[in-house]
Amino acid sequence: MSFSTAQILVPDRPVASRLVQHKRSRWIGWVIGVALFALVLPLTVSDYWFSAILIPLLILSLAGLGLNLLTGYTGQLSLGSAAFMAVGVYTAYNLDLRVPELPLLVSILGGGVMAALVALVFGLPSLRIKGFYLLVSTLAAQFLIQWVLVKFGWFSNYNPSGVISAPDLSVLGFEVETPRARYLLTLAIVAALFWVARNLVRGETGRRWMAVRDKDVAAATLGIALLRTKLLAFAISGFFLGVAGCLWGFLYLGTVEPHGFDLNRSFQILFIIIIGGLGSLTGSILGAAFFVFLPIALSNLAGALPVGTVDNGLLENLQQVLFGALIIFFLIREPGGLVRYVQRAIQYVQHRLGIARNSG
Amino acid sequence: MEFFLEVLIGGLLAGVMYSLVAIGFVLIYKASGVFNFAQGAMVLFAALTYVSLIDQGLPPWLSLVVTAALMVLLAVAVEAAVLRPLVNRPPIVLFMATLGLAYVIEGAAQALWGTQVHGLELGISDAPMFLGGLLISSFDLVAAGIAGLLVIVLSLFFSYTQTGLALRAVADDPLAAQSVGIRIRRIWVIVWSAAGLVALVAGLLWGARLGVQFSLSLVVLKALPVLIIGGFTSITGAIVGGLLIGAGEKLAEVYLGQLIGNGIENWFPYVLALLFLLVRPAGLFGQRTIERV
Amino acid sequence: MRHLFRKVIIAGLLSSSLTTAYAEGEQYFPLQSYRVGPYAAGGTGFFGGFIDYMQHVNQQGGVNGVKLVWSECETEYETEKGVECYERLKGGLKGAPAAATNPLSVGIAYATLDRSRKDKLPLITINHGATASTDGRVFPYVFPLQLNPYSEVSAIVNYIAEKAGGKDKLSDVKIATLYHGSPYGTETNGVLELLSKEYGFELKLLEVPHPGNEQQAQWLQIRRFQPDWVILRGWGVMNPVAIKTAKRYGFPVDRIIGNIWSNSEEDVRPAGDTAKGFVSITTHPAGTDFPVLQGIKASVVDAGKSDLQDPSRFGTVYYNLGVVNGILNVEAVRLAQEKYGHKPLSGEQVRWGFENLNLDNKRLEELGALGLVQPLELSCYDHEGGGAVRFQQWDGQAWQVISDWVQADRQLLRPLIDKASAQYAQENGITPRDCAPI
Repeated sequence: MSFSTAQILVPDRPVASRLVQHKRSRWIGWVIGVALFALVLPLTVSDYWFSAILIPLLILSLAGLGLNLLTGYTGQLSLGSAAFMAVGVYTAYNLDLRVPELPLLVSILGGGVMAALVALVFGLPSLRIKGFYLLVSTLAAQFLIQWVLVKFGWFSNYNPSGVISAPDLSVLGFEVETPRARYLLTLAIVAALFWVARNLVRGETGRRWMAVRDKDVAAATLGIALLRTKLLAFAISGFFLGVAGCLWGFLYLGTVEPHGFDLNRSFQILFIIIIGGLGSLTGSILGAAFFVFLPIALSNLAGALPVGTVDNGLLENLQQVLFGALIIFFLIREPGGLVRYVQRAIQYVQHRLGIARNSG
Repeated sequence: MEFFLEVLIGGLLAGVMYSLVAIGFVLIYKASGVFNFAQGAMVLFAALTYVSLIDQGLPPWLSLVVTAALMVLLAVAVEAAVLRPLVNRPPIVLFMATLGLAYVIEGAAQALWGTQVHGLELGISDAPMFLGGLLISSFDLVAAGIAGLLVIVLSLFFSYTQTGLALRAVADDPLAAQSVGIRIRRIWVIVWSAAGLVALVAGLLWGARLGVQFSLSLVVLKALPVLIIGGFTSITGAIVGGLLIGAGEKLAEVYLGQLIGNGIENWFPYVLALLFLLVRPAGLFGQRTIERV
Repeated sequence: MRHLFRKVIIAGLLSSSLTTAYAEGEQYFPLQSYRVGPYAAGGTGFFGGFIDYMQHVNQQGGVNGVKLVWSECETEYETEKGVECYERLKGGLKGAPAAATNPLSVGIAYATLDRSRKDKLPLITINHGATASTDGRVFPYVFPLQLNPYSEVSAIVNYIAEKAGGKDKLSDVKIATLYHGSPYGTETNGVLELLSKEYGFELKLLEVPHPGNEQQAQWLQIRRFQPDWVILRGWGVMNPVAIKTAKRYGFPVDRIIGNIWSNSEEDVRPAGDTAKGFVSITTHPAGTDFPVLQGIKASVVDAGKSDLQDPSRFGTVYYNLGVVNGILNVEAVRLAQEKYGHKPLSGEQVRWGFENLNLDNKRLEELGALGLVQPLELSCYDHEGGGAVRFQQWDGQAWQVISDWVQADRQLLRPLIDKASAQYAQENGITPRDCAPI
């Protein structure tokens, strides 16, 4: 039995034609995406949208991206994502606290780097063990790190409640106070990291990762250093998750508590990439959007129903059933995730447009 | 020394309870190669159904029968809705599907029976017991006895029945088994049913220990390191692994905890399993050769 | 059947266009409730009591003619969902302004601590929340009403002293504390150590990792330590398991004192008969005999309008906490109306009502809540007010109150609170208000 995720991502069209088609649709997608997030949304939506929907959406996209690099591109399953996020935010908090001269962005960068180092350590066993067995290593990270953060008061500056609040946010002299400002800062960081990730996966690193994912023995034969490749994936994934953790604590919630980075969060991030699309950058965004919007949509829908018809508790349980069922559905029907539906829709539209142009 | 022995025995007995959950995994993994994360959700579902039926006024034996029947029904549904459509897909996909399945089962159980916590009395004595000056929990002792009995029954079933033979054939080589006319889907339904019944027993015993509530499904997290140490395919391994983890974590909590701070029971089993893996990657009793690079 | 005032908050979703003109006579309470997940039992009880009390008030003509309205948003006890709910509901409901938020969750409370200051919306954390927020100088909008975690521990130690025959006898006493492995669980460890030094009792702190379904190692250690009392600082499943494991290792259950989150029917029922004799603190006795509860029964429960799905939970600990919370919120609104007029008020105005809340026994008697709610006097300097608890014992069926109000040594602990709030003020660049200390 092979443990690679190769079969999840079976290409169903010849590679060459796919690349050509993709190039165009991707360009259009990126342009629309950037225009939407950077221009349209900031000018049109309310503070509620910034602080309750868009900021968590962006951060979860980034976290999804981090895990996707490891799981979707390199084929290493992990259930420790939330712990690496926690490492990131606690490091940034302590850097900010203990070295006040550091600018905020440098602290966040430091958080990412520390998360990368920790992820690297827990990735070390990946050379010897694979598949489910690797879950043990990442789960060990999940539980151990949470314990350390609760146990040793130093990490939360001996705050009696163990919950720390985000420092004052200012970037290059600008105070980041309003929800819109926090959104724009989040967007800038997330967009920059997506750009980095895009270059990584399209370059040599990405090809190595995918070679390891698809057939690691073959990859080794080709002269790819497995340990180095895998560890690099762990470290970079950890960096992305660490930064996502910083943003989650500083720019979204404004507080940091270890409970917010428990195993459920790790599951959530895994589900984001399964539903959004394993091995796809856009998939991370779509999956995060799905996870942010579905509960809000459902709860608003329930509110619209006549009084007393649906019980709140029942509804939430049914929502859980729905999530589970959707995960199974996607694994069965569309292992490529939401992103494949979107790609098909874009291709369909382009196809129709093309026909229209030719005939007209 | 007395205290050490008490901790050790308490740990071993707790370990048996972990094994009970781990055995459900082993059954399913052996026959279908699926690492079933939903086993914990099945434990919750079984216990909650049983308790709720009792609350509805059903006599215990009838509740037991109805719950068992529901577990079989669940197995049939899982085979049809999850296993069959995902046949020949990589194990990791099947594993992720069971994560989804766990959500479905947990949500359904609570939608069906509500989120209230229930007490569950099985009539097993709670009173402490002294054996040669050592304090032992009589409840844990009885629970361990029941778990032992269950293992014997399962072993007999798989050793001496036609189905058991077929199951071993499938575990050995699914293709060859199919070619000699073993219907693999039937085998799946049978092992998932068996795992469901194991979940029922585990659910009742754990439910009597903890009360029946949501966190029952979290016992799955204790079973994972047990499997790593014992190997995914061996029932004996699950027992030995459970004993090792149980004793290890309790001793660590008491003695290591004094050095580095207590409350380490959540992560210690995983670190133990990890160390173990690095030394002996296939687990103690695992059959599958580990993939090495 | 549940009768809830549920509406889509489209206004909140699509735009936060706040109408400043208030609707005729409606005051809004946004409810960040939780009815599913591991803590659903607490959420359904608390919000059930809160909603039923508000229905009761409306039946009697509202607060000086101002009707109370509310809507719910499910948080599942998860911080980020609570934040989303906060943002969605804070703007009011169809023009009715929000009075205060009552999340009943430490995590959500922390995440909305800063937001409530900026939005000028009182954050009520009855019996829980950040201890530092007792200091109203630094936290003008946060109210840990009745009891903060420090007072809780101090009151328990005072009760133990009472049982031992005075504080001078505490030096012969051994106390073990079993706490949940989370920020909530560890919060009081420092205070316990301080009190142990102050009074000379021997203390052993033992952590139970979340969720707490394995406690053999801890109880074996407790047995070896042979304490006179065990303080149980539990959470969810940890409570019944503690009681059961204590029994299995031969520790007397009536020597365990449960804290404020180990004191409900839901915490002991799963332990079955074993729990008989278990002691816990409470800020409000369970039971249905109080006139205010009889009033709710007549006007809401018997009319089939109760928010509770299971009517047998009427008068339980969580339900009564919801009622108490309702009383305190409504009294704050009533008081603020005396200053600002009998009309719907802004959060900023209601805040004044909370800060000047002064419930003496006379007023409590008028409310039909004498003995249910402790006398409470808040000030700019002190946002907690009470700091007293009563002790109750589980008889296998229900809680029986076994003590009068036991007061915490609030003066002793105040310097710790001041230190924590000063640290918060410094980290967040807040200049404390000037209040004359009492």
